[in-house]
Parts: sequence; structure tokens; C-alpha cells
Amino acid sequence: MLKINNLKAKVEEKSILNGFTLNINPGEVHAIMGPNGSGKSTLSNILSGKKGYDVSGEILFENSDLFSLETEERAHKGIFLAFQYPLEIPGVNTSVFLKTSLNAIRKARGEKELDALEFLKLVKQKSKDLKFDEEKLNRQLNVGFSGGEKKKNEILQMSILNPKLSILDETDSGLDIDALKIVANGVNSLRRKNNAFLIITHYQRLLDYIKPDHVHVLMNGKIIKSGGPELALELEKKGYESFS
Amino acid sequence: MKIDSSQISREKEIEKLKKYKYGFSTEIENIKAPKGLSEEVIKFISNMKKEPQWLLDWRLKAYNRLKALKEPDWQKPKYPKIDYQDLYYYSAPKSFKEKPKSLDDLDPKLLETYKKLGIPLQEQKRLNNIAVDAVFDSVSVATTFKDKLTEKGIIFCSISEAIQKHPELVKKYLGSVIPLTDHFFATLNSAVFTDGSFVYVPPGVRCPMELSTYFRINASDTGQFERTLIIADKGSYVSYLEGCTAPMRDENQLHAANVELVALDDAEIKYSTVQNWYPGDKDGKGGIYNFVTKRGLCKGKNSKISWTQVETGSAITWKYPSCILKGDNSIGEFYSIAITNNHQKADTGTKMIHIGKNTRSKIISKGISAGFSDMTYRGLVDIAAKANNSRNYTQCDSLLMGNKCGAHTVPYIKNKNSESNLAHEATTSKISEEQLHYCQQRGLNSEEAVGLIVNGFCKEVLQQLPMEFAVEAQKLVGISLEGSVG
Ligand SMILES: Nc1ncnc2c1ncn2[C@@H]1O[C@H](COP(=O)(O)OP(=O)(O)OP(=O)(O)O)[C@@H](O)[C@H]1O
Ligand SMILES: [Mg+2]
Repeated sequence: MLKINNLKAKVEEKSILNGFTLNINPGEVHAIMGPNGSGKSTLSNILSGKKGYDVSGEILFENSDLFSLETEERAHKGIFLAFQYPLEIPGVNTSVFLKTSLNAIRKARGEKELDALEFLKLVKQKSKDLKFDEEKLNRQLNVGFSGGEKKKNEILQMSILNPKLSILDETDSGLDIDALKIVANGVNSLRRKNNAFLIITHYQRLLDYIKPDHVHVLMNGKIIKSGGPELALELEKKGYESFS
Repeated sequence: MKIDSSQISREKEIEKLKKYKYGFSTEIENIKAPKGLSEEVIKFISNMKKEPQWLLDWRLKAYNRLKALKEPDWQKPKYPKIDYQDLYYYSAPKSFKEKPKSLDDLDPKLLETYKKLGIPLQEQKRLNNIAVDAVFDSVSVATTFKDKLTEKGIIFCSISEAIQKHPELVKKYLGSVIPLTDHFFATLNSAVFTDGSFVYVPPGVRCPMELSTYFRINASDTGQFERTLIIADKGSYVSYLEGCTAPMRDENQLHAANVELVALDDAEIKYSTVQNWYPGDKDGKGGIYNFVTKRGLCKGKNSKISWTQVETGSAITWKYPSCILKGDNSIGEFYSIAITNNHQKADTGTKMIHIGKNTRSKIISKGISAGFSDMTYRGLVDIAAKANNSRNYTQCDSLLMGNKCGAHTVPYIKNKNSESNLAHEATTSKISEEQLHYCQQRGLNSEEAVGLIVNGFCKEVLQQLPMEFAVEAQKLVGISLEGSVG
């Protein structure tokens, strides 16, 4: 599904990713752990199509060259990024934003757009599943949301858009224990044979709830070790020191 | 790299939208006054309109006054000197020598023009529950839903017709809010005004539908000087909307309208404008000079006047819809969205003059500038010594797109009453790359993302528009900024 080959990225002559290689197959869950500043968000930004990086290497998503696709075209193809720091958009109603987003993607795929009623039904159901306070749907997007509420809003969007590849950039940071379980359940309920997850986290705890197939350790812009779930436990015990 | 067809069709779509879709002109034979400004031309206009002597005298008084006035030059957007002798002051379709009795007599080309503009005049296709007065160059061509309004005693017609049929009302109120001698453009308008709308709502009547005027400049080298007068008698209510478009022409065309509103005791007037005159091309060639004087008088106690404007067109927009809060407890409001793109310029805002006691005013201004454009908010809040316990709240927000445009806020405050209270807030922000990226990650293209963010920014003002127009205005906001990103 996703093939990243020898990805290098620089910002203003500063190297951030230094030959990053990773393969994700449909149905898999991959976790990436790594110290602050190791390049995790940079990786997710580049996958999502954010501009401003000087990149080389190759990224294929379902055999198309990701670099030739605009950000929104990647979204249309089913790439979703739950942002580490979700953005606030004043004056834009949360529910309207979700509907605009869903319909933009459906339209691009040649699917029928949902009308107000169909959408309302969907969003109500998903909010209920994720215990997302419905009252927030009528507030301005992320404005005045607590840190945890913003993260939950990202997962609500993910579950409405039902993407092929979901990238979660530290979605667990800032969530309370109950919210963490709800979010993990949300992810688990979306797991299918034909979609995949890339989960960036600092904490092993999340991986108790979402069982990853592969765990990778990212340091200085490249993967220095890969393994199964046990690698996360090892990291938790020994810290990153032992890997450098 | 392979370019797929969906991308090509999207680009085409954007190209299409970028074009000013009202830019066509109608081939129609005109009767024009001789070129230039003179007593003869004023007499010609007055004669064409079969006006009474008092009005001709009034016009000539304005003309004589005009000779002594100088064109103001304190505004931020400068423009090349206008040669007032090189303009036509009157242009009307030839078929209008005798005003058509009904729509059946109307030149089919005119009906076609309004259809293309999305303003159908024919009975069967009329806009739902909106009465329209259509003004083409210097004359009003049709007013719809007249019968239904007459039932309630509401007068809605062209000002020319009102001069013939309701001279006592016109005589009483014309120039009562914007004096003949007010300033250069207002005085010019008083001398040469051609047509416009007239509304009178009798005491206690709530106007059952939106009243709307659609202004269209068609002829070239022609100034449009329309005059609108709205009177809401005691305890009445009316909501009025004006829309405007013009063909794309390389020369600049002058539009200098006067709008006067009078609200008597307990009356309310809501006046909304969606201004989409031709803005000029992307290099700043052509476009309308929109130099308009709009003023409302809250004459009676507990009266209310509310201005809402969405200004997206014109090469230069220069206007300050104002409220004179004379009656005790009267309320004035100004909600504005002004958008400038490419080389457009705007210097706009409001004046709130508090004279009565317990008067309130509220100003919400949203300015958006993109491209090489320049935007100024200029506003005056003036609280007279006797206007005890008056209040004003002003909020001015500017949004910048790119770094080649300008935004300025110039608030003037004169408070001569120590009991009164003023609050002013101002912000300037930019659409961040991060916000755009976030929206695009959710599947919106960059134009859609900008449209969404900007509409969010303008929301408080858009909410003030009558429902039917809010949707149109929202689209217009998006289209006006096409091509300003990426
Ligand atoms: N636009 C930028 N300009 C300059 N430096 C940048 C930029 N973006 C990222 N960096 C730097 O690149 C490095 C990697 O940043 P990144 O945000 O990818 O780290 P991260 O692994 O997500 O860290 P964290 O765990 O704290 O979220 C950091 O040193 C950061 O300061
Ligand atoms: Mg990060």
C-alpha cells in the first residue's frame, strides 16, 4: 500500500530525514516511536503533502507517485493525517467542516454527496461511538476545544472519512485514560483487511490497546530498529539511550 | 508526470470562475444627453423625466453649488483626474421614450439581460417573495410584485415615478438626510441624478417581502447617478437589498449614488448591499469607481437603521454608510465585508452620529485584502454633548492574504458626553499555511479552503443578510478571492 524508499528531507539546509525506508501492507498497523525532534511529524507532514520541505527519494501509495499529487488529491485517495496539533478555524462550524470535507472527498471519487439529513445521521452515530460531545459539533472548529477534545475531533473525522491509510501523530498525547481507550476502540473498529495505520506515539500504553504488527524506532531521521510489539516494551524499559 | 483529466477539468472550472461572469454588455440603442455637464444637460434630464419645476430648480441649485465645491482628496486610494465634461449623464434605452406600460412592452433584449444576470422579471419566473426594481443605466425598467405591495399601502417604485405620483413625499424627504450642499459627489448626484428606487412604508406596516433593486451599468462613457429614498413611517419595518453589476470595459466608469433613509418613531429599516461592480482586470485596468453617499436618519424615538454591505467589486470603493441617531433610544448598525483582490482599492467604513439620548451603535467590519490590493477601514463615532448614556461598540478585523496587499484601520472618535461609553476592538490576521494545509488534508482544494476560512472570518456579517442572499454572498466571497492563493 505505502512504500517509502530512502526518503530524505531538509528544511533550510537542515537535514531532518536521512534515508527513511518503510513498507506498509494493507491490513497492517505500524507504530513509530522516537525521541523529540527525531523527525516523526516531518514524516507525517510529508506524507500528507505539506509544502516547504526539500525532499528526495520515493514514496508510492497504491503504486502512484505521491510527490506528483496535491495534498487534497492524496486525501481523495484515502490518506488521512490526525495532526499532532489540530488547527483552529474561527467562524467555521465543526459539523459544516466535516460535511464539506466528506463531500469534497466523495465528489472527487465520483460518489454521491451526502445531503444534510444523511450526514447528520452519520455524524450522530459516529459521535456517539466515540463519546464525542455533540454540542461541540455546533461550535467553531477546534476553537476553545481542550487539547484532548481536539484530538478526539481528529479521530471523529477519521471515522467519518474512513480512510485507507490513517496516520496518527501522537493522538494519544493529552488524552485521559478513558479517552485513550475510546480512541483505541475507534481505531480498532476501523481496522480492515484493506486499510492500514501508521501510529506515532511516545507511550507504550497506547499499544496495549491497539496491537501493532510492527514497531519501528526512529532516531535522527531514520529507522534504526524494527520489530514486533515487544520492541515497544523494551524501549519503555531501557529508553532511547541504549539504541544509539 | 501524468496529468489526469479531473485535474484539467478542475483547472478549467477555476478559469471560468475567475472571469467576471456579469461582464457582458447588451447591444441596445440609447438616447443620451449631450456629453458633459451643463445647465442644458440638467434641463435635458429633467425634461426627459417630465419633472415639475421645483425639482428642476432644486437640481440647478445643486449645480450652482457644485461649481464652488472641490473634489475631496483625503481618501487613501488615489485615482486619475475625472474629466466631468467627458461623461454622459443620461442614457436610456430608446424603447423607453415612452415608459412601457407592462412587461410585455419591454424590449426583449432587456428581459434577456436580466435573465442572464439571474434576475428574472417575468411573472412566472419571479424570485420568490422578493420584489425587484430593475435599474438599467439611467432608468428603472421594471418593478415586480407591485400589486401585492399596494394592498398594504406600501409604495415601491422608481424615484421618477414617485416624483410624478407622490410629489409631496418626495418633496418632503428628498435631501433631508443628505443636504443638497453636502459634499462634491453628493451635490453632483443631486444635480444630475437619473433614477433609483423609492420606498414608503405606511405607519404600522411590516413589509411582507424583501424589496430589492438591481442596478446595471450598461452604456459606456456613462456615469450612473442613482438616487434612492426610503421612508419607514411610524412603527413600520422594511428590509431592502441592492445588487449591482456592470460590463467589463477598459475605461473606468463612475458610479456616484445617493441613498437616503428615514426612520420615524419605532420604525426599522434594514438595508443590505451586495456590490459586485466590475472590479477591473487582474492588472488593474478598467473597473467602476464606486463613490457613493449613503446616510440614514433615525428621526423618531426607538427607531433603528441597520446597514449591511458585502463589497467585492469595483476598482475603487469609497463609501461610508452612516446613521444619524437623532431620536432618543435609536439604534444604528453597520455590518461590512469588504474584499479587495488584484489591484482593487477600498476606503470604506461608517459614521455613527449620536444626538439623542440612550442611542446605541454597533460597527462590525471585516476587511479582506489579497493580491496587490489596498483596504482602509475609516470610521467615525461622534457622541454629542446631550446624547446621555449612549453606547458604541466597534470591531474591525482585517485578514491579509499574501504580503503585497495593505490593510489600514483609521478610527475617529469624538465623545463630548462623559456618561457615554465606547469600546473598540481591532485585529489583523493572515490565513496561515497551516490552516490551508489542514483543510486540504481534509480533501478541499486550495480555493475551497480559502473560501471556507474567509467565510468563517466573515460569518458575523453574512448572518445579517436576508437568507436568500446569504448563500449568494457566500459564493461571491469565494469567487472574489479566486486566484489569490497558490
Ligand atoms: N519548518 C522547520 N524549520 C526548521 N526546523 C524544522 C522545521 N520542521 C521541523 N524542524 C526540525 O526538525 C526536527 C524534527 O522535527 P519533528 O517535528 O519532525 O519532530 P518530532 O519527531 O515530531 O518531535 P516531537 O516528538 O517533539 O513531536 C526538529 O529538530 C525540528 O526543530
Ligand atoms: Mg511531532
